[in-house]
Amino acid sequence: MVQEQAQQKVSIQFEDIAQQNESYIVGMWTFLVTEIMFFGGLFATYLVYRVANQQTFWEAHRHLSIPLGFFNTCVLLTSSLTMALTVHYSQRGLRKQQLLWLLVTIALACTFLVVKGFEYHHKFVEGLIPGANFRFEPAEHMRVAQLFFSLYFAMTGLHALHVVIGVLVMTILTVLIAIKHPSVQDFIPIELTGLYWHFVDIVWIFLFPLLYLIPR
Amino acid sequence: MSVAVAKPGEVKHNYLNAGDTVLSWLLTTDHKRIAVLYLVSVTLFFAVGGLLALLIRLELLTPQGDLMTSENYNRVFTMHGVVMIFLFLIPAIPAVLGNFLVPLMVGARDLAFPRLNLASWYVYMAGGLIATWAMVNGGVDTGWTFYPPYSSSYSTSQVTLTIIGAFLIGFSSIFTGINFIVTIHKMRAPGLTWFRLPLFIWAHYATSVIIVLGTPVVAITLLLVAVERVFRLGIFDPALGGDPILFQHLFWFYSHPAVYIMILPAMGVISEVVACFSRKRVFGYHFVAFSSVAIAVIGFLVWGHHMFTTGQSVYAGMVFSLLSFLVAVPSAVKVFNWTATMYKGHIEFRAPMLYVMGFLGLFVIGGLTGLFLASLATDIHLQDTYFVVAHFHYIMVGGTIFGYLAGLHFWWPKMTGRMYPEGIAKLAALIIFAGFNLTFLPQFVLGYLGMPRRYHWYPEEWQMLHVMSSAGAALLGIGYILPIFYLLWSLRNGAIAGPNPWGATGLEWKTDSPPITHNFEETPIVTEEPYAYENHHHQEEVASGTGASAAEG
Repeated sequence: MVQEQAQQKVSIQFEDIAQQNESYIVGMWTFLVTEIMFFGGLFATYLVYRVANQQTFWEAHRHLSIPLGFFNTCVLLTSSLTMALTVHYSQRGLRKQQLLWLLVTIALACTFLVVKGFEYHHKFVEGLIPGANFRFEPAEHMRVAQLFFSLYFAMTGLHALHVVIGVLVMTILTVLIAIKHPSVQDFIPIELTGLYWHFVDIVWIFLFPLLYLIPR
Repeated sequence: MSVAVAKPGEVKHNYLNAGDTVLSWLLTTDHKRIAVLYLVSVTLFFAVGGLLALLIRLELLTPQGDLMTSENYNRVFTMHGVVMIFLFLIPAIPAVLGNFLVPLMVGARDLAFPRLNLASWYVYMAGGLIATWAMVNGGVDTGWTFYPPYSSSYSTSQVTLTIIGAFLIGFSSIFTGINFIVTIHKMRAPGLTWFRLPLFIWAHYATSVIIVLGTPVVAITLLLVAVERVFRLGIFDPALGGDPILFQHLFWFYSHPAVYIMILPAMGVISEVVACFSRKRVFGYHFVAFSSVAIAVIGFLVWGHHMFTTGQSVYAGMVFSLLSFLVAVPSAVKVFNWTATMYKGHIEFRAPMLYVMGFLGLFVIGGLTGLFLASLATDIHLQDTYFVVAHFHYIMVGGTIFGYLAGLHFWWPKMTGRMYPEGIAKLAALIIFAGFNLTFLPQFVLGYLGMPRRYHWYPEEWQMLHVMSSAGAALLGIGYILPIFYLLWSLRNGAIAGPNPWGATGLEWKTDSPPITHNFEETPIVTEEPYAYENHHHQEEVASGTGASAAEG
């Protein structure tokens, strides 16, 4: 079942399908640049504070679960592979494989979120949610430890938000592909989602060592 | 530029009469209609910001703080800054003139993502309305810079709401920036190579790069302040373990380049207008084009000059100072090249050209006084005085508003199909120029004498200078009101413009005024360098030089 790409509708502002596809891809990359800068501000903030408070950040980071973080890293990396497969099959117009790998990607993304939820819950039980009920031993490091956990929740929370958006987009795409909607006739929507998804993975690749693997 | 000219259509359809209902405007994806939506919105917000400025100048007429309390004065100047910067200066030229002209100038039927473009207007309006709501429900008093810990822990005003508004407005300009980058990369007409692009496009490209790289950083930073404020976390508040200087670094990393977001598009307008009314090609086209890019790049490396007195490292200060001097170089290249463009040109003193001349004068004063502030030693004396206030008004108001008004008059015939009345337009330009200088020149003196910004009472010996400044502001107000009236008047009563009333080059002049919904009857083909004014009138002068294919009309 080979895709008949030429039938894809060209929007009025474009000359031809090639220009349209290239525009979408350049647009997505430009958007990802804004995303890098968006996370970049947070990363810079984190790094400044980590350099200034190495001892306390190290103590605080021991409350994070490296096994769970490692597991989630594997889950997300695998989801990048399955996303790449989705893109691969959508470029060849193989609808069934495309659907299969897209569903696997969604499942992995949800796994990531569930594990993340358990981690957050654990922090809640331990009283590590920044705010009035924040508890930390030794008490003289409480302020800086709270700073660590504020940044931890801001960074992983923003990342998790991106995962949630990814899951929503992939779910919508799955439905559209399943009902053979004309807007997903060619590979561009999947390609764009793939770019976004790889970006979300790469952010995690930086988050995991920055937050979980602070050397002594 | 010689172009495969569209056949003149028999039916006078255009983008304005393509639909009359309110919905046809609110749901339009036509970049020209969205530009008009933006034109109306930024004008309204400009009026709000202008009224707030008027309140400031009224208060400063007398040395005593007798019109309002200190706290209300804080609110008024903060809201003046927030409205003027986020809601007027940043979107004014890109979202109005850029939106209208970028597709026309590159010979495209629309921007690459028309729905994203419409979304940008809605997000802008949402941000603007939230900010307005915050203003009427208590206002903001942190200064437009939102410095913590005041903004995060102490201020009792509507900081969170205003930050949400600014955050949204940031996203509207990101949408516009992405649209411009993709359109300029991918949708240029056949034959329109990078070095045949109008300098307006180069300027908007550089602007878009700054928007895309800078805006997300301030967005996340403001978000952190809001989070800190709402959840009482210590991200920037030193009492809670944070570092307020870090906020300033992150804030100025965007907000200094934001000045270039305001001024670069204005510079693009100046290049177009100066070439047209000097009847010459822009002197040193490549230099002007690359100076836009250089400003965008170096502009990202100078933010620390806002923080010379905050206790950042002296060595960092020295580097920031050096780089700030360096960014003056491409700016000066532009000024010299525009001046050289006028040299031996057939200069016509139309209203847009008067604004250009005004721009040149004001921008030079603003730029040179910037060098005083970029020097570490003098800045310690001048930091946070009226000298700074006057300096940035010369750049941001003298530069951006003069560029905006030059462009608005220059392309008004294209946008509406009607000419504006020339005589009163020239008068308004002169009033604005005089009013502007009367308002802000005394402020340099005040600042040098030591008048700090953001205070509403002052020693009596400075009253004379403040009265001059307030009188100038009144004059400026009259100058701004005039165009609103005569431009609206011209919509019905102006002379019919025709496709190219100025005899200008550029693809936007090859189509009808106002243009049809999809801009061109058929995609234009470009065979010529930009600004080939000499080609059309003095064929023999073309022979030497650039080697572009000769024009066949």
